Amino acid sequence: MKNPIAGGAGRAAPVEVALPHSRASQRRTLTGLLENERFLALVLLTPTVLILGMFIAYPFGMGVWFALSSISVGNPGHFVGLKNFVKAWNDSIFRIAFWNTSVYTFWATIFKLVLGMWLALLLNRHFRGKRIVRASMLLPFIVPTVLSTFAWRWMFDPTFSVLNWTLYKTGFIVTKLPFLSNGDWALWCAIVVNTWRGMPFFAITLLAGLQTINTDLHEAASLDGANGWKRFWYVTWPLLKPVTVVVVVFSIIQTFSDFQLIYVLTGGGPANSTHLLATYAYQIGVAAGLLGEGAAISLCMLPVLFVVVWIQLRYLRRLEGA
Amino acid sequence: MLIERRWKKWVFFYIPLTIFVLGTLFPFYWMLVTAIRPDAELYRSWRAVNNAPFWTVQPTLEHFRDLMEKTTFPRWLWNTFFIAVISTGISLACGLLAGYALARLKFPMAGALGTSIFVTYLVPPTLLFIPLADIIRDLQLGNTPWALILTYPTFLIPFSTWLLMGYFKTIPKELEECARIDGATRFGAMTRIIFPIAVPGILSAGIFAFTLSWNEFIYALIFLSSPERKTVPVGVVSELIRGDIYFWGQLMAGALLGSIPVALVYSFFVEYYVTGLTGSVKG
Repeated sequence: MKNPIAGGAGRAAPVEVALPHSRASQRRTLTGLLENERFLALVLLTPTVLILGMFIAYPFGMGVWFALSSISVGNPGHFVGLKNFVKAWNDSIFRIAFWNTSVYTFWATIFKLVLGMWLALLLNRHFRGKRIVRASMLLPFIVPTVLSTFAWRWMFDPTFSVLNWTLYKTGFIVTKLPFLSNGDWALWCAIVVNTWRGMPFFAITLLAGLQTINTDLHEAASLDGANGWKRFWYVTWPLLKPVTVVVVVFSIIQTFSDFQLIYVLTGGGPANSTHLLATYAYQIGVAAGLLGEGAAISLCMLPVLFVVVWIQLRYLRRLEGA
Repeated sequence: MLIERRWKKWVFFYIPLTIFVLGTLFPFYWMLVTAIRPDAELYRSWRAVNNAPFWTVQPTLEHFRDLMEKTTFPRWLWNTFFIAVISTGISLACGLLAGYALARLKFPMAGALGTSIFVTYLVPPTLLFIPLADIIRDLQLGNTPWALILTYPTFLIPFSTWLLMGYFKTIPKELEECARIDGATRFGAMTRIIFPIAVPGILSAGIFAFTLSWNEFIYALIFLSSPERKTVPVGVVSELIRGDIYFWGQLMAGALLGSIPVALVYSFFVEYYVTGLTGSVKG
């Protein structure tokens, strides 16, 4: 395009005669083709479609094949139908993992939404140092999950937990709390860490939503005698709903398919009681080398994710239609 | 404005906000304190009488020194940086072109293609890692940075396409039409008129992509095996825990140093980051 002779589609015509014929006509056909909307779209979309096809669509198809076969490391395997899924269904650890994933996603999302909304409402007010507080609140979301989860694991450490120390010194407990050494406790600890990490994302996006709401609406509502809670429930919340739906769906997908947090915090233990689908699939598929069974376990995430995305797409379409 | 009483402001504003700030930042403070405490102070029973866990009397840089000398931590930092930069570059290039095509051009299947790029969110990395490991091995890419550089775009491209598509839609069409009347080609109008205007959008997508690839864990865990090839999150997990022993001082020093680059990038561009975050949500 930068070639001064062949540049600019219309003006270049008289000069082109001076160029070697083949090159000029090649150049002209290329610019001509790029003027064609369909051809240009094809050119622009090819790299994206190639990468996504090669590293998402193809492995996805392969994953489905794996899940239906008895493949393992060093053994190509053969078609076994739904055997892997039946085996998973009869596996008590799989059931625990599925249940844990649901509990983890449900509660973590609720906490993130409630706390994130509260924080957004607080940050929406005027106070000194607002910018720095806002910026620092996003830190948990920026810092790599693995690294911050290590800090939490150290805080929950069975022998040297600072939380136990604080509670003991302030007189709330007389003996250590079994943060990560008891299955139920450990799952709730994971929910706390996930909430800590994801809440800033909720807060900042909801804050952006809050800032688009006209303050006149609030003043009108308070003149009509609405108190703080009513103003939130009847004015703020309905206007925030579209943003909330997008953020919640995004968070559900991330939380439901989470791997790194559990991998670092509990490793699925104690006694396989805190596995999520992703960590269990890793244990079976990578650590034990049973590729087929591992692929089947991770495919079990798909129906849930599908329903969530489908609801979101429908909701957004309805909004656009309205 | 609404007027409120002083005690109300304390109960409903200052106290909750302080709790939020303390809760958010405490783990980072804890990382720092742990990283600079000598081992003797670190591993002291929580019931010991003179235990003061919230600060240290003899700060030391010993853990940082160990991290730099006894492990390949500087290598990990470089690997993570290199992989994050290149995969962000690839994703931005693809996202720019695809986003422009989806926002501006009319062609058959445009809607379906847009939806299917969006729906790739349905297939998170944790669903694909087992077959992908096989593909990476077949392509002879195992244990090379290219395994990650080529796979990270799978979750970065949909995101940046989506974000940039939204951004392009906010740029008035007339700008392009003027350029075309002045003799610019369609392609020229895109690269010389629209892309420069979209720089803030590109920046926010870039920062987002950079932090996401810095944060990625499962692909790096599976595709890389030799210690000097690893990224920071994987290196910290696999080299600073030996058997059942956690080297907490070094771990926290590593966590701190591994967080600083992303925190720096973020602090310089925080405004873009926030607008990008909110822009993408508004669609």
